Amino acid sequence: PDIMVHFSAEEKAAITGLWGKVHVEEAGGEALGRLLVVYPWTQRFFDNFGNLSSASAIMGNPKVKAHGKKVLTSFGNAVKHMDDLKDTFAELSELHCDKLHVDPENFKLLGNMILIVLATHFSKEFTPQMQAAWQKLTTAVANALAHKY
Amino acid sequence: MSLTKAERTVILSMWDKISTQADAIGTQALERLFASYPQTKTYFPHFDLHPGSAHMRVHGAKVVAALGEAVKSIDNIGGALAKLSELHAYILRVDPVNFKLLSHCLLVTVASHFPADFTADAHTAWDKFLSIVSCVLTEKYR
Repeated sequence: PDIMVHFSAEEKAAITGLWGKVHVEEAGGEALGRLLVVYPWTQRFFDNFGNLSSASAIMGNPKVKAHGKKVLTSFGNAVKHMDDLKDTFAELSELHCDKLHVDPENFKLLGNMILIVLATHFSKEFTPQMQAAWQKLTTAVANALAHKY
Repeated sequence: MSLTKAERTVILSMWDKISTQADAIGTQALERLFASYPQTKTYFPHFDLHPGSAHMRVHGAKVVAALGEAVKSIDNIGGALAKLSELHAYILRVDPVNFKLLSHCLLVTVASHFPADFTADAHTAWDKFLSIVSCVLTEKYR
């Protein structure tokens, strides 16, 4: 489906405002870690990551942290290009489809993990409206990443 | 899918904390649901869905009370929610996809209220618990 997502000025402000306070390295590792813990079948993409045998092993795994940081840093690009996500993620879309062979369903799962990490970090500040704006962004990024499939 | 002993313990201990703010948590979960997923409002044309409305508070409390029943009978959630299961199958007929959406919003609400407790293990336990509840509520659909 090719429907352009539109972010209102309020949504953009909310998203960029919160993003400025995110510790990308920490949050990225946590989000990816939670994906691998809560949905263990997602470990199928990370056979070479070493010890994923328990929640504490996963959350402390240096490769998980490094890759989580990479993924969330890339997400920062989405925050900078909310009006242009399809082009911004075109290359990454091809990569995830042709080389990495990742089922796009995983993008939705990871998006929800990012939201839950934001909820634990920002608590009351992560209001229903803030969540809605971020929900919109993670969905849009997931769709952009699936676009070249 | 069923809960391990450890997962049951996590849920029971966190429920003690959650129940002290049960109504607020239920109400906020619904608020999050309607804000993030406006299509879910189609099931409530007869409600005032403004945050803080009496409808929202009463319904939020209802939802969490039902979860409390499931927690109380965590070894037999199907039995505890049998009536609710029939209600959803024959009267409410909420499309099954929506249970995932509400479950996610409940997790976000609990995560934001109890960040220190909502570890990856606790997150897993709650995600599984809500999946089981959702299954029970849709198991009589056809």
